[in-house]
Amino acid sequence: MANLKVNVLNMDFKNPILTASGTFGFGEEYVQVYDISILGGICSKGLTIKPKEGNKGTRLWETPMGMMNSIGLQNPGVEKFISEELPKMKKYNTKIIANLGGGTIEDYLEGVKKLNKTDIDILELNISCPNVKSGGMAFGIKSEIAYEVVKEVRKVCSKPLMVKLSPNAENISDMAVTCEKAGADAISLINTLKGMAVDIYKRKPVFENTYAGLSGPAVKPVALRMVHEVCKAVSIPVCGIGGITTGKDVIEFIMAGASLIQIGTANFVKPDICLDIINEITEFMDKEGIKDLNEIRGIV
Amino acid sequence: MKCSFGRIIENDKIINNIYKLEVEFDGKINPGQFFMLKTLDNSFLLPRPISVYDVGENKVVFLYRIEGHGTEMISKTLSNHEIQLFGPLGNGFNLQEIKGKTAVIGGGIGIAPLFYLIKKLKKENTDSYLGFKETPYCLEEFERYSNKVVVATEDGSVGDKGYITNSINVKDYDTIITCGPSIMMEKVIQMCRENDVKVFASLESRMACGIGACLGCAMKTKKGNQRVCKEGPVFNGEELMIY
Repeated sequence: MANLKVNVLNMDFKNPILTASGTFGFGEEYVQVYDISILGGICSKGLTIKPKEGNKGTRLWETPMGMMNSIGLQNPGVEKFISEELPKMKKYNTKIIANLGGGTIEDYLEGVKKLNKTDIDILELNISCPNVKSGGMAFGIKSEIAYEVVKEVRKVCSKPLMVKLSPNAENISDMAVTCEKAGADAISLINTLKGMAVDIYKRKPVFENTYAGLSGPAVKPVALRMVHEVCKAVSIPVCGIGGITTGKDVIEFIMAGASLIQIGTANFVKPDICLDIINEITEFMDKEGIKDLNEIRGIV
Repeated sequence: MKCSFGRIIENDKIINNIYKLEVEFDGKINPGQFFMLKTLDNSFLLPRPISVYDVGENKVVFLYRIEGHGTEMISKTLSNHEIQLFGPLGNGFNLQEIKGKTAVIGGGIGIAPLFYLIKKLKKENTDSYLGFKETPYCLEEFERYSNKVVVATEDGSVGDKGYITNSINVKDYDTIITCGPSIMMEKVIQMCRENDVKVFASLESRMACGIGACLGCAMKTKKGNQRVCKEGPVFNGEELMIY
């Protein structure tokens, strides 16, 4: 029987499957759909130091084998997350990753200091949300700007620090190497690709912010290429994200070098898809005679 | 609630781009709830939220309009094939709050969630007001469970000519329930507010997850952001700000 356990950042995960930020709320909604303790971990909805109401107008738009979103980081704020959501999440018997966004370095530092005092397992620093000015994407485009924020966060952060990169970065491997130098313990990528849709009947952009984030199977080849490049460039663990919907997709990312995986848009396609994905990985490994994922990690 | 695959018993065109879909399903469903439906062929990505029209023994019935690519693909799925079925979702109508003389006001495909509702209400207390652009549908079914059915068509081909909102005097009722185009529901809510009549509206929105996680359907109300999929789709007219 295949062993899906992975040890990353000196932590044991049941399997490499995490749910991606913004696609799984704080887990609560999915408890009634399936046993979410089978997951390797859950990444929280993107948090900001102050609560956010999110964007006006259309927030979702389907595209061929993909979707665009412009939610705008609607969230209850770090404090309410800690007091109301985290205690519930801790009962799910899976790793908890808090995803933190910010508009200024001070925002990030304030959030990190609050999250330090909790028992989250990993802090995922979002320097890549394309949908709000304060979502941090400004930090995720230029490596030297990312360096500053990651370095400052590293100084105060007592949790394992995973930095979530934007595919809109000027140079993705340079960005990853820079974050590693600044003290990141792990890298996750990709966040959504900046895209656009026009409502041709209304003769205006679909989204109030004109541009929105593209995700889903349509972005998978791009995500896989970027994960591959980053895995070759850094020596810290990489968490692969981007359009993954099947166990075979997961295997591709692991062969490209990923240690962990996040499932995002696919949770919408079928709410219990992570269960299918985990079963498919086991099935593939058994069929191919793979006992441990380390046997195939980074082989391509 | 679980995500399952249901066998399609029937998926037939009623008229023009309106279809009726019957799927095998065993479970409790409240009037006004909805399911996320998706074909198994991956011809589109996100399941589509479709409200429950009727519930029978071991089956759920949907009335839907081809609105875009997703519903078009659903309409092409044949009987005896399976469809991905996730639900029932949302709050549905609270039957305890629907008291006294009641009118349901539906516009176009907005009549869908009202049918299973009126089946649960007292026939002698319930009037149905149904508005259509042109040829009406499902009138006989509504007649079976309504004290009276009033129809309006924009082209005047059947019933009153014009909008259904011109055919009702809301003061005649204790409770009004509405579902249809936003502009129609706005008018209904406005009339009810002016006359101090209790009103509930069933809304629709684009959504990805259907259970409150993606926040794609969040909408500003007097109680702050509310999710159409989770706190709704049925809202008390009082809470709605956009109207």
